[in-house]
Amino acid sequence: MAETTTHVAEPTRRDFLYIATGAAAAVGGATLVWPFVQSLAPDAATVAAGAPVEVDLTPIAEGQIVKVFWRGKLIFIRHRTAEEIKSAEDVNVASLRDPQADSARVKEGKPQWLIVYGNCTHLGCVPLGNSGEYNGWFCPCHGSVFDTSGRVRGGPAPINLPIPPYSFASDTKIIIGQEATA
Amino acid sequence: MSAHPTTYVPKSAFGKWFESRLPIAGLVHSSFIAFPVPRNLTYFWTFGAILVFMLVSQIVTGVFLAMYYTPNAGLAFQSVEHIMRDVNYGWLIRYLHANGASMFFVAVYIHIFRNFYYGSYKAPREVLYILGVIIFLLMMATAFMGYVLPWGQMSFWGATVITNLFSAIPVVGDTIVSYLWGGYSVGNPTLNRFFSLHYLLPFMIAGVVALHIWALHVPGQNNPTGIPIKSGKDAVPFTPYATIKDIFAVVVFMLFFAYWVFYMPNYLGHADNYIPANPAVTPAHIVPEWYFLPFYAILRAIPDKLGGVIAMGAAIVIWCFMPWLDTSKVRSTAYRPLYKQFFWLFVVVCVILGWLGSRPAEGWYVIASQICTVYYFAHFLIVLPVLGFVERPLPLPNSILESVMGVQKGGAGVPAGANPEPHSKG
Repeated sequence: MAETTTHVAEPTRRDFLYIATGAAAAVGGATLVWPFVQSLAPDAATVAAGAPVEVDLTPIAEGQIVKVFWRGKLIFIRHRTAEEIKSAEDVNVASLRDPQADSARVKEGKPQWLIVYGNCTHLGCVPLGNSGEYNGWFCPCHGSVFDTSGRVRGGPAPINLPIPPYSFASDTKIIIGQEATA
Repeated sequence: MSAHPTTYVPKSAFGKWFESRLPIAGLVHSSFIAFPVPRNLTYFWTFGAILVFMLVSQIVTGVFLAMYYTPNAGLAFQSVEHIMRDVNYGWLIRYLHANGASMFFVAVYIHIFRNFYYGSYKAPREVLYILGVIIFLLMMATAFMGYVLPWGQMSFWGATVITNLFSAIPVVGDTIVSYLWGGYSVGNPTLNRFFSLHYLLPFMIAGVVALHIWALHVPGQNNPTGIPIKSGKDAVPFTPYATIKDIFAVVVFMLFFAYWVFYMPNYLGHADNYIPANPAVTPAHIVPEWYFLPFYAILRAIPDKLGGVIAMGAAIVIWCFMPWLDTSKVRSTAYRPLYKQFFWLFVVVCVILGWLGSRPAEGWYVIASQICTVYYFAHFLIVLPVLGFVERPLPLPNSILESVMGVQKGGAGVPAGANPEPHSKG
């Protein structure tokens, strides 16, 4: 044993084979992990079920908030009153935690329609509509407060309620999951 | 005590034949029969055995529940009601399993605080102790995923809140969460994988428990004095002394367990979980099971999402550093008059945090949670390191025997069996 170790300084064909075998095993093992991790991702059926959905706005009265689902995610459609629009617009944007003007959160010419994801950006609870300090939403779980534009105004939520991709097919119909291709 | 004598000698010819091929009887003999146990152990040292019993109980009841349960978002709630109403003794098996989770945590918290009090985490038991923290983390994961399976309102929203914790991770958070869910929200794929993991994790716990016991049998058990076994007179053999005491403690614990199962089976649960999961409505007040409440309070105390998640994780991870944060050379708090007060203050703070976790996150509850959270971390980061330097410990007894029998005149003349009431300190 001692005899052979003295000659190790010179790499041999055997050293090469050891390293090559080890490298192949490491790469092979790492490669094999990939399909298992990928199997955890949303599957084809789930992705297919996430096709855009149409929502008719006609039955939604002014001041009403309607809940719809797209891709299993809750979405609020809020038909805002003039007063609610005004309070959303009359905010010093720079003072917000996640600064965003109200005009950037609605489609141009449709300020009465606010469409936002319905899960609190803190830990995903459903905030209660028409409540909280700004009469927007209040999350009962951990106390996040949102205004009538769905922007975070207090509590632990880090960002505003996000806007899902959507477009107006007509004045009274929106397609959630599809942005307008202008 | 790794070199404790293996006095096992197989008697039968078959015993000899078998032992020379698989020396398992010798292993059992040296670990659970001849193994020297400090003679001054109290009933606080029986919770290891109680926890083993609870793990076995959870696995047995769980295997049976899995025969009747359907892990499908459309059928899960119904199948749990089927277990409760139609399956013979299904109500009993389910109540044993659901309350068993709480009993498991009752026992583990006593076990953990016994370890904190008597300094069992200190050298040479650091690895033993860290394996215990790992078991605790696995228990938390198992309990959480088990709570999701009935697919009631608390199941669904608990799963939503906890999986959303991972979305706090910068950049990759949202991707990780969609991989946890297997979709764009908590749904059927989530339930399926949680069921799979809920069945797997207890067996991983069993594996780590084996390591935990192995690591225990190297230095041997700590004891209320914190001083090691110095001679045979300090110890008694595991069987019958510890064996019978452990069995007795398990039986008493089973009475406690049975009280909950038969008289208040739903007290520790939430009424909301008897409402089927509804992704459009959050229960008015989402609360985790009682055993998570202190950590939940810490999560909510931090007014920042990522910060809250980090603080909650750190609240447990910091335990792993205790062997090095505690600078005192004395193990047992019985000989640390100053630390004794801080220990009980820490226990009180943990209980208050638990209570705050059950309250809504508003008003002074938030401020109280923040104060308690600061103290929780200060206990580990300030009290433990500083006290070791400023505290003057009480004199330690010379041996475990002396602590039990009093100082003996003339020294070594007492035979080990001479005490007429060897368990009076029990």
